[in-house]
Amino acid sequence: MSTSANGSATDGAGALSATRPTEVNQLDRVVIRFAGDSGDGMQLTGDRFTSEAAAFGNDLATLPNFPAEIRAPQGTIPGVSSFQVHFADYDILTPGDRPDVLVAMNPAALKANIADVPKGGTIIVNTDEFGKRNLAKVDYESNPLEDDSLSAFEVHEVAMSTLTQGALENTGLGKKDAERCKNMFALGLLSWMYHRPTEGTEQFLREKFAKKPEIADANILAFRAGWYYGETTEAFGTTFEVAPAKLPAGTYRQITGNTALAYGIVAAGQQAKLPVLLGTYPITPASDVLHELSKHKNFGITTFQAEDEIAGVGAALGASYGGALGVTSTSGPGIALKAETIGLGVMTELPLVVIDVQRGGPSTGLPTKTEQADLLQAYFGRNSESPVPIVAPATPADCFDIALEATRIALKYRTPVLLLSDGAVANGSEPWLIPDVSTLPDLSVEFASEPNAPDGSGEHWPYVRDPETLAREWAIPGTPGLQHRIGGLEKADGKGNISYDPDNHDHMVRLRQAKIDGIDVPDIEVDDPPPSGLGGTASGGKARVLVLGWGSTYGPIGAAARRVRKKGMAVAQAHLRHLNPLPANLGEVLASYDRVVVPEMNLGQLAMLLRAKYLTDVQSYTKVAGLPFKAEELEGVFTDIIREVTSE
Amino acid sequence: MTATDLGLPTMGGLDLVPTTDEPQKAKEYKSDQEVRWCPGCGDYVVLNTIQSFLPTLGLKRENIVFISGIGCSSRFPYYMNTYGMHSIHGRAPSIATGLATTRPDLSVWVVTGDGDALSIGGNHLIHALRRNVNLKILLFNNRIYGLTKGQYSPTSEPGKVTKSTPMGSLDTPFNPVSLALGAEATFVGRALDSDKKGLTEVLTAAAQHRGSAVVEIYQNCPIFNDGAFDVLKDSDEAAQRIIPLTPGEPIRFGPEGELGVTSTGYGGFEVGKVADIGEDNLVVHDPSIEDTAYGFALSRIGDQNLSLTPTGIFRQVARPTYDDQARAQVEQAQQANPGDLQALLTGKDTWTVE
Repeated sequence: MSTSANGSATDGAGALSATRPTEVNQLDRVVIRFAGDSGDGMQLTGDRFTSEAAAFGNDLATLPNFPAEIRAPQGTIPGVSSFQVHFADYDILTPGDRPDVLVAMNPAALKANIADVPKGGTIIVNTDEFGKRNLAKVDYESNPLEDDSLSAFEVHEVAMSTLTQGALENTGLGKKDAERCKNMFALGLLSWMYHRPTEGTEQFLREKFAKKPEIADANILAFRAGWYYGETTEAFGTTFEVAPAKLPAGTYRQITGNTALAYGIVAAGQQAKLPVLLGTYPITPASDVLHELSKHKNFGITTFQAEDEIAGVGAALGASYGGALGVTSTSGPGIALKAETIGLGVMTELPLVVIDVQRGGPSTGLPTKTEQADLLQAYFGRNSESPVPIVAPATPADCFDIALEATRIALKYRTPVLLLSDGAVANGSEPWLIPDVSTLPDLSVEFASEPNAPDGSGEHWPYVRDPETLAREWAIPGTPGLQHRIGGLEKADGKGNISYDPDNHDHMVRLRQAKIDGIDVPDIEVDDPPPSGLGGTASGGKARVLVLGWGSTYGPIGAAARRVRKKGMAVAQAHLRHLNPLPANLGEVLASYDRVVVPEMNLGQLAMLLRAKYLTDVQSYTKVAGLPFKAEELEGVFTDIIREVTSE
Repeated sequence: MTATDLGLPTMGGLDLVPTTDEPQKAKEYKSDQEVRWCPGCGDYVVLNTIQSFLPTLGLKRENIVFISGIGCSSRFPYYMNTYGMHSIHGRAPSIATGLATTRPDLSVWVVTGDGDALSIGGNHLIHALRRNVNLKILLFNNRIYGLTKGQYSPTSEPGKVTKSTPMGSLDTPFNPVSLALGAEATFVGRALDSDKKGLTEVLTAAAQHRGSAVVEIYQNCPIFNDGAFDVLKDSDEAAQRIIPLTPGEPIRFGPEGELGVTSTGYGGFEVGKVADIGEDNLVVHDPSIEDTAYGFALSRIGDQNLSLTPTGIFRQVARPTYDDQARAQVEQAQQANPGDLQALLTGKDTWTVE
């Protein structure tokens, strides 16, 4: 180990290392929440800390939490932006119910988040922001750092702004610009506390500010200053280590849901050997899908930022009509606008991938908060009987696979498909076992090439169907001899001319429904292990209660189920990725349990569908708070229900 | 500098569409569907004109697509033996944009009406024009809503009494040509349904234009707005009202050519007697003038009250199309760095668990 000219302690490779002896606690998991003003760079800080955890090999899950406004007034509660990262030495399922450590950059961040910190938790504050004015902005009558209100916590007061400005004194940067680097100070301090690798962050800063090396230097200095603060002062007597997780062997990277979704679309185009056209319009929280795909024109992807949501899906449908893979992306309000065009896709039986990254509603609702209340809209939000297959990812990484599955269904059955992601999965991240592209499914399709009229006339009938899939042939413009017209009016089965015939309409409505009902969806699997912990249960291992979820509740339900089983109680868990059609064995599965519980971030939409279809008296557990379920919360719910059922 | 250096399109509207040497006949373009427009509907003549005109382009018939919205006009694709989509109200330009952008080998036509294009479809129309997507937009203007049985439309005259306006319409109508020019359209033309020759001329120029081409076609609805354009078809009246625009020629009309178009003092055009104006002060028609103010001023002559109606091509200029440029970007990206899916998925920051 050498000491460089400015007195920094680095090892030969240039990385920072902790040398002051501290009490080192081994932890199996930690949850840290970074919170500050929208302009304080909390998302970047959280993101970098997450990358450090990933580089170290922990399993991780994240929950960014930011307001809809671009920049609310400084120091106010509506302006608070936070980033929670949960990292562990085993495989974890959620970003954590509550933070073990809260980093609060100002009084608003403290006030907005203190209720979530458990007693005995650690709070690290930037004391420089705790002046009279900022305290008054959020109605603190006295300074919480001076009165007793934080006595239940371990509070570390750090003058981050001052220290950062001091560290950058000789850089020539103005005071304000220097102060802006305080988020990197915080990152450096936390990185020291948790023995995180730092080369990735310094490399990232060099690349991000490649065109402004003086800014890169300033940020790196601030980062190191934070590290040295921990290393040098004795304010922090304890540091923590969280060992790398024993995930299944393989090569991993960190990925967010929206990025995985975009990559899934890229892969889908490659596997289908079709050009892709994304017709879309910016909307939170789906805009990143557009941003990401717009970078990948080199995969034959055209991104069209249309004038509105309707033009976006219209262009996608037009592209599909011409034989491309048409994709559109939006959130709940956009699905409402796209309804008529999706209906046209249903009637013309063309492939179309429709991505809905769900957010809080109704109406404009909570643009940056998660919810899963568009299920019934997906099922029924079009005039008349207009069935559309529906799929939903369970985790951020699953967004990649679900995009491929949505495309598979759209192309095989010639139909629009609704893909219901949500804000938590879209913005959250986790480690992803990078797939080997040679194992990805072949999604190639055959366009029609010969006239197909069964009467031997040599005409082409656009609605002649494959007897197995009930899909019609895909005859694209430019194919000689197959000229035909399609449209939104009802058409005669087979020949495809406009038809108002009563029997034909009844037949066609049922046929379109049958096509969707017959989609090859895998059976649902149930996780129903014998419980660990304190011995078996009265039922001898098989659970009597099944928890069934869909979408991003996978993580919280799984984490809760683990806790329940650790207590010696049995609970079964199943998760739906296909919402329409539902798996063929679902009815049988539901019937084999005494109670079925369905936790949802809506008022019971899946529960309603299950009751209607299976006549099962499912128990709905709902929360519509713009936040994911907490594992502890669900643990309590499941425990109560299991006790109730097993005592009968 | 060449046109290429300036990024101007050097291709014609149909240059990437495959052609055929086999001569075609109008009847090959007729589908087997019985035409269901009302007797006397102007759409019959337009259908006939287009079926006769398309063979002259010498394109492979399977590479021609008609996309319509909703309305009587929009039944058009069913009667054409080409590929066609009868889509939803107002949205044809969007659907056609997606098709034209991904299929440069197709000749894409949009058939729409005064309701479909100027009411519900207004937004998509102006953006298609602004982007200059390579589409031929045929706007059948009968100044009424025919299919839904007689409500007024965005081109109906003020005070019009209809099913939904028994006390007379309160709306000021659009002037479709002015609107299109305001939306930066690179080609705007107007013709009458009954003028086969004039319509064919405008259609031919539109087809050869690379970019958005709007052709407003005055069309008679015999059931709900009969005679709306009679003054332009009456042999006496027509000569005093129709102002044919011929490139390179001074703009004059009238039974003896006694009327002409000249500039006002404020940047517009007005009509007067040539004897009063003086032949040297007549506007010489030039649709290639870049400034939309020129075509716009022509479009304002007589507005839509049909007292005076310029016909022909108002504007015809070259500008890069959205679809050509979009494809060029994709190609450029593919040449610079062909897509490697495994590399994309792997990214730059990985770690391995043994």
